[in-house]
Amino acid sequence: MNEKGSIIYLDGVVVDYDGFKALNNLNFIVGYNELRVVIGPNGAGKTTLLDVICGKTKPAQGRVIFGKDVDLVGKREDDITKLGIGRKFQAPSIYSNLTVWENLDLSLKRDSKGVIATLLSTSTAAERERIAKTLDMIGLHEDPHRRAGLLSHGQKQWLEIGMVILQDPALLLVDEPVAGMTDKETEQTGVLLQTLAEKHAVIVIEHDMEFVRQIARTVTVLHEGTVICEGTVDVVQANDRVREIYLGRQKVGH
Amino acid sequence: MNSMSETTSEGQPAAERESLLFWLIGLFLLIVLPALNVLPAEESWLHVSDFTLNRFGKFLAFAILALGLDLIWGYTGILSLGQGVFFGIGAYCMGMHLMLTIGSEGVYGSALPDFMVWNQVKELPLFWTPFYSFLAAVGLGVLAPMFCAWLFGLLAFRSRIKGVYFAIITQAVALSAWLVFNRNETNLGGTNGLTDFKQLLGFRLSEPGTQRALYVATVLALGGAYFLCRWIVQSRAGKVLIAVRDSEQRVLFSGYSPSNYKVFVFVVSAGLAGLAGLLYVPQVGIITPAQIGVLPSLEMVIWVAVGGRGTLVGAIIGAVGVNFGRSILTNYFPELWPFFLGGLFIAVVLLFPDGLVGLTRRLKAGPVGTLFKKAKPASEGVQP
Repeated sequence: MNEKGSIIYLDGVVVDYDGFKALNNLNFIVGYNELRVVIGPNGAGKTTLLDVICGKTKPAQGRVIFGKDVDLVGKREDDITKLGIGRKFQAPSIYSNLTVWENLDLSLKRDSKGVIATLLSTSTAAERERIAKTLDMIGLHEDPHRRAGLLSHGQKQWLEIGMVILQDPALLLVDEPVAGMTDKETEQTGVLLQTLAEKHAVIVIEHDMEFVRQIARTVTVLHEGTVICEGTVDVVQANDRVREIYLGRQKVGH
Repeated sequence: MNSMSETTSEGQPAAERESLLFWLIGLFLLIVLPALNVLPAEESWLHVSDFTLNRFGKFLAFAILALGLDLIWGYTGILSLGQGVFFGIGAYCMGMHLMLTIGSEGVYGSALPDFMVWNQVKELPLFWTPFYSFLAAVGLGVLAPMFCAWLFGLLAFRSRIKGVYFAIITQAVALSAWLVFNRNETNLGGTNGLTDFKQLLGFRLSEPGTQRALYVATVLALGGAYFLCRWIVQSRAGKVLIAVRDSEQRVLFSGYSPSNYKVFVFVVSAGLAGLAGLLYVPQVGIITPAQIGVLPSLEMVIWVAVGGRGTLVGAIIGAVGVNFGRSILTNYFPELWPFFLGGLFIAVVLLFPDGLVGLTRRLKAGPVGTLFKKAKPASEGVQP
C-alpha cells in the first residue's frame, strides 16, 4: 500500500445465501495501481467478492469503501460503474449484433448515459481516437466494423476488456480472463493486463497458476469466504494452510 | 482511423438504396394511389376504388403500430403482448370525439351518444367532456397511451421483470382492458363499442374525399413514424437498445440504466400504437373491445414476425402484407383465416425466423453463397 491509501477496502463483509456464507467476515484491501490476483478453490467466494464490489450482490453486513470514503453498499450497479469501477465477466458478455467499433463506442465513458443525452450524442474526434487506440491495444484494429458475434472466443474476451478500459475505471475487476484461451492468447492477455495495471488498479480472479505466475505481484488466497493468506506467489505456495486446502483438489503451481 | 472511414463509405450505398426505395414507395402511396383513385374512370383497370384506398389506409395505420412494436420487440428484445391496449386507448379517444360530433343526428335525436340514451345515462360522464375538442382527442390519443406505458413500464422494468414474465403480464393487462371496455358501466359503449360516426372536423365521413384525406394523413403519419424510428435506431441510444437485447448485464455495467431505456422504448411504442388507433377509427368507422384485446395484440406480434423483426421496413411489410392477405382470404374462405394465421406463425418460426425481409436476404445471399462456399476448397484451398 502506498501513501495514497487504498482504492478498495472491504471491512467485515458477510454475504449470506440462505445460511451459506459465501463471504464470511471478509477483510480485503487493494491499493492504487496494484495488480492483485485472487485465487482459491471452487466456492471460495472469489466471484462473490467481485459481485459485492460492483453492486451485483448486496452484503448482509460490512462496508465496501471505494477510494477514500465512498461506501458502495446499497448503490446501483450503473452508479457504481460511473464512480469508476469496471467489471469484466467470466463468460464474454459483449453485444454480438453490434460491430466491434459500436461495442467499444457504447462503453466509452461519457458525461451522461441517460436516454435523451445518448439519443442526441455525436462522436467527437477525440473519442474516435481513443477507440482506435484501444483497438490497437486489444489487437482488434484490423476489422473494427465486423459484427462482434463473429469474433473468436479469445477476441471476445479482449473486446470486453477493451470495453471496460474505455470506461476509464480506477478499478478493474477481471473474472477468469484466460479460461478457454490458447496458450498464445493467454500470454497476450497477461501482457495486456500488466499494461493496464500501470494506470489502473486491477483485481484478477484466476485458476491457471502458470498465468498467475506470469502476472502476479501479490496473491490473495480465499477459502470459505475469508482470506487465509496473502503475499507473493512464492510465499503463498509455501504456506501450509494453502497446501492443505488445495491438497487433493489440485497442486499449487506446475 | 483509415479503416473506419473506408468501411463507413462502403456502408453508404446500401443506405442510399434503402432511402431510394423508401421515397419510391412513399411517392407511390402518397401520390400515385390517391391519383389513381381520383383520375381514371371507374371502368378503367387503373382505377383504384374508394374501398381499396380505404382498406390500404387501415393497413398503413396498422403499420405505424407495427413500427413501434418492432422497436420494442425486434430491437430491444422485449415481447409486449399488450400493444392492442395502447391502440385501443388511441382508438377510443378518437371514437369519443367522433361520437360527440354526431350531435343530435343520432337515432334518438339526443345530444348524448345513442348508447348512453339506450343505457339510460342522463348526463355526459365527466371524462367524456375533453373529447368535444378535436385537438384534445388527438393529443390524449397519443399521450394517454404513452403515460400508461410509462407508469406500467416504470413498475415492471424497475422491478426487473423480464422475458416471458413481462409478456404474460402485458397479456394479462390486455385481457383486463378488454374486460373493462366491455362493461356498460365504463360508459364506452360496452360490447358494441363506438360507431355510427357522421363527421370529422365538419367533413362527412361518408364522402370519398374525406376518406381520401384520411388516407393521405395516414401515409404522412406513417412516414413521420418511420423517420422517428429510423432516427432512434441509428442513434447511439438505438445501439443501446440492441445492446440491451444482446447483453443487458454488460449495458448495466457500462453505466447505462437498462430499465430507463426499456421504459423509453415502451413509451415510444405506446405512442405509435395510440397514433395508429387515432387514424384507424375514422377510416373503419367502428371501434369495439374485440379489436383491442388479447387476440388482436397477438396478431400484431405476428405481423412483425412475418415481416421481419429488427428491420423497420419489415414491420411495415408485415403489417400491410398480413392484413392484405387477411382481407383477401376472409373474402373467399372466411373460416380458414385463423388456421392460415396460425400456420403462418409456425412457418415463420420454423422456416424463416427473420421474416420476409430476412428471407429475401437469404435468397439473395443463399444459393450463390453456398455454391461459392462449396466451390472454394476445391479451387483455392488456401483460404480458411
